[in-house]
Amino acid sequence: MFYYSIKRLLMLIPVLLGMTLIVFAIIHAIPGNPALTILGTKATPEAIHSLNRSLGLDNPWYVQYFSYLKDILSGNLGTSIQTHAPIASEIWPHLAATIELSFIAMIIAVFVGINAGIISAWKQNSFLDYTAMILALIGVSMPVFWLGLLEQWGFSIKLQWLPSIGRDDIRNGVDPITNLYLIDTLLRGRLDQFWMVIRHLILPAIALATIPTAIIARMTRSSMLEVLKSDYIRTAKAKGQRMVWIVYKYALKNAFIPILTVIGLQTGLLLGGAILTETIFGWPGVGLYIYNAIQYRDYPVIQSGILIIAFIFVMVNFIVDLLYGLFDPRIKYR
Amino acid sequence: MSEPLLQVENLKKYYPINGGKFGSVSETVRAVDGVSFTVNEGETLGIVGESGCGKSTTGRMIMRLIEPTEGKIIFQNRNIMELTKREMRKARKDIQMIFQDPFASLNPRHTVGHIIEEPMIVHHMGDKRQRQKRVEELLELVGLSSYHAKRYPHQFSGGQRQRIGIARALAVRPKVIIADEPVSALDVSVQSQVLNLLKDLQKKFNLTFIFIAHDLSVVRHISDRVGVMYLGKVVELSESENLYNDPKHPYTKALLSAVPIPDPDIKTERIILEGDVPSPAHPPAGCAFHDRCPVAMDICSIEQPHLKTLDDGRLVSCHLYN
Amino acid sequence: MDETLLKVEGLQTSFFTDDGEVPAVDGIDFSVHEGEILGIVGESGCGKSVTSLSIMGLLPSPPGKIVGGHIYYKGEDISRAKESRMRKLRGNDIAMIFQEPMTSLNPVFTIGEQLMEAIRLHNHLSKKEQVERSIELLKLVGLPRAKELLAEYPHELSGGMRQRVMIAMAMSCNPKVLIADEPTTALDVTIQAQILDLMVKLNKETHTAIIMITHDLGVVAQMCHRVVVMYAGKIVEEGPVKEIFSHPNHPYTEGLIKSIPDLHGKKDNLYTIKGSVPRPGSIAKGCLFAPRCEFVMDKCRVNAPELSGSVHKSRCFLHQEQGRKEVHT
Repeated sequence: MFYYSIKRLLMLIPVLLGMTLIVFAIIHAIPGNPALTILGTKATPEAIHSLNRSLGLDNPWYVQYFSYLKDILSGNLGTSIQTHAPIASEIWPHLAATIELSFIAMIIAVFVGINAGIISAWKQNSFLDYTAMILALIGVSMPVFWLGLLEQWGFSIKLQWLPSIGRDDIRNGVDPITNLYLIDTLLRGRLDQFWMVIRHLILPAIALATIPTAIIARMTRSSMLEVLKSDYIRTAKAKGQRMVWIVYKYALKNAFIPILTVIGLQTGLLLGGAILTETIFGWPGVGLYIYNAIQYRDYPVIQSGILIIAFIFVMVNFIVDLLYGLFDPRIKYR
Repeated sequence: MSEPLLQVENLKKYYPINGGKFGSVSETVRAVDGVSFTVNEGETLGIVGESGCGKSTTGRMIMRLIEPTEGKIIFQNRNIMELTKREMRKARKDIQMIFQDPFASLNPRHTVGHIIEEPMIVHHMGDKRQRQKRVEELLELVGLSSYHAKRYPHQFSGGQRQRIGIARALAVRPKVIIADEPVSALDVSVQSQVLNLLKDLQKKFNLTFIFIAHDLSVVRHISDRVGVMYLGKVVELSESENLYNDPKHPYTKALLSAVPIPDPDIKTERIILEGDVPSPAHPPAGCAFHDRCPVAMDICSIEQPHLKTLDDGRLVSCHLYN
Repeated sequence: MDETLLKVEGLQTSFFTDDGEVPAVDGIDFSVHEGEILGIVGESGCGKSVTSLSIMGLLPSPPGKIVGGHIYYKGEDISRAKESRMRKLRGNDIAMIFQEPMTSLNPVFTIGEQLMEAIRLHNHLSKKEQVERSIELLKLVGLPRAKELLAEYPHELSGGMRQRVMIAMAMSCNPKVLIADEPTTALDVTIQAQILDLMVKLNKETHTAIIMITHDLGVVAQMCHRVVVMYAGKIVEEGPVKEIFSHPNHPYTEGLIKSIPDLHGKKDNLYTIKGSVPRPGSIAKGCLFAPRCEFVMDKCRVNAPELSGSVHKSRCFLHQEQGRKEVHT
């Protein structure tokens, strides 16, 4: 296990290098000159030229790439063209907002998805099964922005139960420590604010969780159906074990590997794919941050944002790989 | 009858296992470890052994479906191992195979007629009309009817499917047929039908069989000579009568005594072997059987025995007969 | 004769498929007495496995369903018992082992966890007692290194060892009846010998009755006391093993015995039963074996014979007529 972890970690190096190269290449393939964006359309060619030089944009691409790589390794993500602030410090509050939202969404998706999938498989071809699977089908096909708007209209505007925008109340703002508001409010002992943060989280988290829930439910169902047919389930029944126990203890652990894979992929996607949800719910996450940067052609921010999302994606899947062994002793780490 | 048609010399198949700390090759599985035998024209050589003894691998290596690591296969005075791919394709016409699973080895999307015709197309035999006539002949030959040619495999029972497999193997008029557990998936009453069929066909076409199976009674019924394999090696090879009536190797003895006899009045003195067959990746030193052998001696754990010819012409690999 | 433990009366089990009802078991009667080994023998599709799953209440349902008859365990009809009642019986009174030892153990739990679960389900024992009992059971079935085995996973064991673990699990609550569904079919012949030996030993020592379901007449001859021969969902012959092998009454039984190649003598041609096993429900009237029978008479194709006889029963007009003649002369 230890050797395997180290081996996998070493294998991450080329993956991460490739990732930086691709991010670097894509950004440079996009038409549009950053100098022009910064200086405005009325800038003189000389001014553009000198800015290009000071930004290093006139160097050959590989020189640009290596200086970029050097910066990343030293923790320097560059400065935002738009705000002139260092990106590394600017991006964290956004990242924290996205992590918090994705985490809650994933908890909902895993809990609801797995249970729906289990019940569907257990009571195969029953009314419950059909209902769950139709809901799952709707879930994967429902556009997130539309669901989000629907939620806002229903729960915020009509019923006025929940807030529709932002992470907290502007009049009652959270004083950040870690920028993970659920933790910050608790650290400050502000239970009222904790509750407020939760209320803000509910609608976007549900919107964000819809697709992963549906996908996890479907995967759980098919994986469980397979397992429930197996000989060792029959053995467990022959021992006189209860069905609930068999399903949740015996079968689930066996069925969990493909589910875990899906959970890993979905977590990665949530962290990167929250742009729509964040835009609709005014959630100041990394998605919104990149969205604004794109509009401004703020290359360093786009680059860093994408890089960080890709990095998280790779790490989540690395963790999932290590987790496999917990669920299946037959997986040998060598 | 006593012309050696096929000769196998020191055949080996080693598989490397990836393992070790960073995926290096740490050990090899010796699936087949130096097997030699000859098969005469028109006879049946049975190969028996338990799962993992290498009997199926041996059969497949003769067809070069699995490339041997080492060894010679001499068929009609030519070493098959030295043939080019093209020559090998030609040689396969003379050596055909029948497989265990009649369900898995027939393409479900093709008609039975097409399945039987295909090997003839591959080997450019006759024109369309001649081939179709031969398909009909073959179907009748294996106890089916010519109208079955238009049907699909799923419309047949297990026994009938095995007959189709036999017809396909016979299509190109082979000299040797390697049958790998051809009846073990069949019910008893159907198994005897297929066994009789194989024997009749052998007489009719002077076929040479290599019959690989784990069922000792079946092997005895069909074979003239029998080789017993254990952990990739032949431990005893003899005329079938001698082997069954008077087994010499302790493993052969145990194997024979373990077969439940379908007669409640015969209670054989069972030799119950301890433990399991060791892994071919870590065979015991010396004689591979010594850790389970009821009559093991000191030398057995040190020195590997070699096949010795006894007075009655049989080969045994055991220190008891040195 | 000892006390009757299990009595099956007119059991009918069907599978409801898209093609309609398929009667897998079609009215069978037999009983199992305390301490005996009863063999149920037949070829694939004869309904022997469905019979055992019906007794255990483990039919895959849907599509399987008991449509008629009764199963009495110690006088109690369990053919329609509630699931909660069946759970109490399963593993505790009636235990079962299966054909595939490779897949019958849960791959992601240790041997110890699975064994102790079986013990815990029907006994109130402390953790320490459970461990002790597990070790005792593993020793009972002849497994070495019992203590270490508890912490190992099924994939670390060979097929023979796994089947021993399955037997240990089945014996954990001292069941009255052990149903063994082709327990050695997937094993090599030397390992099969070990397992059969073990089962006979357990039967003698614990007096547990065994229902041995198999296609192998050799297994029946070597270990069973009585045997039931099934063909196409019906019992065609039943009786003491020695009787059946020395004087098989039904042409099917006789054919089965004769078609096995002999290990100790060579025949040129094997006896064969022509044709193949009919699909359940495909023969509407007459004796189910009539199309394959070499002694078939006209009435066999019209009327279905009944199972008749006292100790040695058979379902064949031929025998019934001969029997009658013997009585008359």
